Amino acid sequence: MSDTSELKTTPLTSLWASTGGRMVPFAGYLMPVQFAEGVMAEHKWTREKCGLFDVSHMGPAFLILNDKSLTGGAAHAAISTIAETFLPCDVAGLAPGQLRYTTLPNSEGGVLDDLFVGRPKAVDRQGLLHFVVNAGCKEQDFALIAKAAEGVATLVRADDRALIALQGPKAVDVIGNIGNGPKNLGFMEFMPVDGPYGRVIVSRSGYTGEDGFEVLVKAEHAEAFVRTMLANANVKPIGLGARDSLRLEAGLCLYGHDLDETTSPIEAGLAWTIQKVRRDRADFPGSARILSELANKPSRKRVGLIPTDKAPAREGAEIRDLSGKKVGVVTSGGFGPTVGTPVAMGYVDIASAAIGTPLDLIVRDQPRRWVVAALPFVPHNYHRKG
Amino acid sequence: MTTRYTKDHEWVSVDGDIGTCGITTYAAEQLGDVVFVEVPPLGKVVAQGGDLAVVESVKAASDVYAPVSGMVVDVNAALADLPETVNEGAEEGGWFAKIKLSNAGELDDMMDRAAYDAYLSGL
Repeated sequence: MSDTSELKTTPLTSLWASTGGRMVPFAGYLMPVQFAEGVMAEHKWTREKCGLFDVSHMGPAFLILNDKSLTGGAAHAAISTIAETFLPCDVAGLAPGQLRYTTLPNSEGGVLDDLFVGRPKAVDRQGLLHFVVNAGCKEQDFALIAKAAEGVATLVRADDRALIALQGPKAVDVIGNIGNGPKNLGFMEFMPVDGPYGRVIVSRSGYTGEDGFEVLVKAEHAEAFVRTMLANANVKPIGLGARDSLRLEAGLCLYGHDLDETTSPIEAGLAWTIQKVRRDRADFPGSARILSELANKPSRKRVGLIPTDKAPAREGAEIRDLSGKKVGVVTSGGFGPTVGTPVAMGYVDIASAAIGTPLDLIVRDQPRRWVVAALPFVPHNYHRKG
Repeated sequence: MTTRYTKDHEWVSVDGDIGTCGITTYAAEQLGDVVFVEVPPLGKVVAQGGDLAVVESVKAASDVYAPVSGMVVDVNAALADLPETVNEGAEEGGWFAKIKLSNAGELDDMMDRAAYDAYLSGL
């Protein structure tokens, strides 16, 4: 066993270690990669019932306007002005209680991180934004946001809290344990709930392609909250292994793999995260490259890939067209338990990106025939209102 | 029949000069759900400790090393359609390849079952 003493823990680490979690280092934290039943069973359980994931390694934070004299819409406008200096999404246009998935572009149009930004619903909480960033990017992101907001707003980290995801078709029944409010949330909406676990913040969101919720709980209430959720026969704890196979089947990017400082949001297929009002204003970092790619098509694109045989292809596998020319590289690859075959995502030259294009993936020096496929591999099952 | 084990969790069961090779139950449990096995081509000459096969779980690909030196004379073709056989019976139906031994003396330096069990209990 490698030395894990330097790793950070979450409020739930000891619970997982005592409930059969196989603990591994991930993004500087000691996290369960799987439980006794294994990745395949955990993956399928989440698609059919409800999986509970400890994602407390991630980086929740609040950005709070210093000027408390501003209230309501004026406060939201003021905080949005700051956020829109570093985010390419429409922050000002967020409805109260709405979350958006967005990116943190660098000045060259690459991606420093992907993240959530949310506007609270409560009238007395305007002038505050919620963020959730990736574990491995926390320090960089928080420093960047704090600097952008210097003198006007203050970043308050909340990554000492537990962040727990409940994902799957039964999640909506399970979340009823903490009150009826969250059941009425639409996809990408959030709300606070007061109860036996203190004030928790519940969003209808996730990283599996399924309906579900993510719950931010203060550390002292985290284990009691999780134990209550796990008491439901439809809930099992799920490790990071199945989290990865679930998000891959759902066609969702993993930062550091499918997104990095060289990939633009347009190449990644994330043009939908940049709303028209921001495109028109062209005032966000990297907008020159990003808007040029929107207008003229990028030179490469993130695509889904499925094999014609049974061999998985992993991150880093070279992609060639049928003439043998290198046209791209795999950025995420594994087995899709719901699809029943290996699946992969990668970046390929735009000429090879059409769905149905046959390509060779080089696995252990052997070309294996794969085909460009539509993303997601498994249809999303989000709870969209109306 | 003599069965011997390696520190990398392969086993070889020798009948005459033919050794049937696979990974141990412990190794299969560590890997988790096996979704693909790349067996070697017939006739491949392998050295003890060299690459023999690749076993892929949901999460990762892992090399399987040849427990003994020799030439591959048979492979378990059933694994192509039923890779999960490795999880169900790693030390039985989940064998990967049969090797015609070129140096039976290698077996003398390998662990028997009792030694392998002792090795596992120390991990």
